[in-house]
Amino acid sequence: MATIDISQVSKIYADDVRAVHSVDISIKDGEFIVLVGPSGCGKSTLLRMVAGLETISEGTVKIGDRVVNDVDPAERDIAMVFQNYALYPHMTVYQNLAYGLKNRGTPKAEIEERVAEAARMLELQPYLDRKPRALSGGQRQRVAMGRATVRKPAVFLFDEPLSNLDAKLRVTMRGEIKRLQRRLNTTSIYVTHDQLEAMTLADRLVVLNGGKIEQIGAPLEVYHAPASTFVASFIGSPAMNLVRGDLHGDKLAIGPATLSLNGFAPASGAVTVGLRAEDLRPALPGEDVLPLKVDYVEELGAQRLVHGQVGDQPMTAALGPEILLSETMLLAIEPNRLHFFATDTGKRIGEASPRSFAKLPPLVAPVVMPTA
Amino acid sequence: MYRTKFADHLVLIIGALFLIVPVIVAFMTSMHTAAEIHRTGLTLMPGDHFAETYTKVLTQQGGFTGQITGARMVLNSLILGLGFATGKIILSMLAAYAIVYFRFRFATLAFWIIFTTLLLPLEVRIMPSYEVMTKLHLTNTYTGLIVPLLASATGTFYFRQFFKSVPEELLEAARIDGAGPIKFFIDILVPLSKTMIAAIFIIMFVYGWNQYLWPMLMTTDESFFTLMRGIKQILQVWVGSQIPDYNEAFALAVLAILPPVLIVVVFQSWFIKGLTESDK
Repeated sequence: MATIDISQVSKIYADDVRAVHSVDISIKDGEFIVLVGPSGCGKSTLLRMVAGLETISEGTVKIGDRVVNDVDPAERDIAMVFQNYALYPHMTVYQNLAYGLKNRGTPKAEIEERVAEAARMLELQPYLDRKPRALSGGQRQRVAMGRATVRKPAVFLFDEPLSNLDAKLRVTMRGEIKRLQRRLNTTSIYVTHDQLEAMTLADRLVVLNGGKIEQIGAPLEVYHAPASTFVASFIGSPAMNLVRGDLHGDKLAIGPATLSLNGFAPASGAVTVGLRAEDLRPALPGEDVLPLKVDYVEELGAQRLVHGQVGDQPMTAALGPEILLSETMLLAIEPNRLHFFATDTGKRIGEASPRSFAKLPPLVAPVVMPTA
Repeated sequence: MYRTKFADHLVLIIGALFLIVPVIVAFMTSMHTAAEIHRTGLTLMPGDHFAETYTKVLTQQGGFTGQITGARMVLNSLILGLGFATGKIILSMLAAYAIVYFRFRFATLAFWIIFTTLLLPLEVRIMPSYEVMTKLHLTNTYTGLIVPLLASATGTFYFRQFFKSVPEELLEAARIDGAGPIKFFIDILVPLSKTMIAAIFIIMFVYGWNQYLWPMLMTTDESFFTLMRGIKQILQVWVGSQIPDYNEAFALAVLAILPPVLIVVVFQSWFIKGLTESDK
């Protein structure tokens, strides 16, 4: 159990390459933090600095009340789960779990007890005498997690632990990690490039881009009020539609379409407009419409993704399978579901109205419009 | 699927015979008396002097001083081969460990210097090495025989390549598990290198076993004679009308083959793994 304070941490490599820029994160005791971002965004570097596997160029990392910048990884009271598991291939599962304890001079009886406990929790008892090579990917992953838990560390660090598993197993293991963390209530930092994993696991998300923090927030907060176009396009699947728009008073022009905003316009002039695919719906008669020229459709079963163009700008709508398709779909969106970003900086304009994710607008009966 | 045909077997059989027949000839010939061999030449038929010749070779004292037996020579060769192999493995593993895992300023340079010495055979530096050993009064000792040849560029190179293929995360996991440099080496790297060690062991053992020039320079005392020198010695006694003891030379040669063959047979599965498997 410990808090982690990352303050003004930077990583500067030789020839002045900055991999991480003055990052500030303060993590509460027992919190599950997910660092998410595309590859090369510095998320792993940041994690490894917390672990002590990379030196910290600037700033300080505090675990509990102790600044750990110059503390050896073994002394930081952390445990790490690696992407490729990093199990010792010549040791049995039991030895793998016990190795860290043995190195710390834990009495033999206590080692046995703790390994047995971890093995029971992770259902590894039948495999204790096996070598890692005789285990499946999911089992290896559980051994890696067991190795982290036996030591009862103050902090768990996960470095993309699920990326080597197949899709189905990933979902199962995701649940197990979450369950384990809840049960042990250990402060955790989890690195992933998979936004779905990030959304489902995190108490709070940290979205990183180019070594800088784009946004920190609870998953739904980040989803409903992305702080920048980067976050908007990274979190959520399908990615948020980002199109050029023009604000004139209370009117928004997107290509050929004009929408009235009912007082939701936060600025004026050229803006980047963000529309979630699932916020688009068929327009009711008399509503302002976005005419979507359909290019192709992806069937997902529960919904279908309709890809097309509004004017010359690509857009995707997620529509229910009961909605009839036509060559040009007339779509509408609630004005309070629109996101506005500055065209130059990509930063969000205007606070997200709290009701945009606290209270959802009433469901609208689907109506199919005749083709224009 | 490809089905093996008669011709394939033929090629294999011819190849195998090509390699094995000389050994058989040597073995069969060693069972005849020297006079018989001198008269009829090499033979494929077994003779009836097997026990006699081999007992004589192994136990009868020979050489100029009459102090050295075949068994003693086998022992000397073994000491040399095993000393070489273990010494070289320990030394080159430690060298490779230092080069791969420690951030020395000139580690790469050091590695390339070691690597270039691969190109130099022992014979190039044999005189200076001899000079050093003489000055240290180490001639006619096992230390003098073994130590100067221990530094092994080949071994260092192989172990370096192997260590580089060990995933970085293993080191990191060990660091987090509280293993220091020595613990990591002994607990993780050495067990992982088992097959590699076996492969190098075989190569180096045979190399040490077959040494001829260096033992000849370093030892004048006959009690340090190795098998390789013993074989030579037997054929050197062509004095007067005496017929060289061909039978004994062949017997020694056959004996000389046995230990390396044994070692290869015992370690072969590891050996092949060590040379072909890149994963741990």
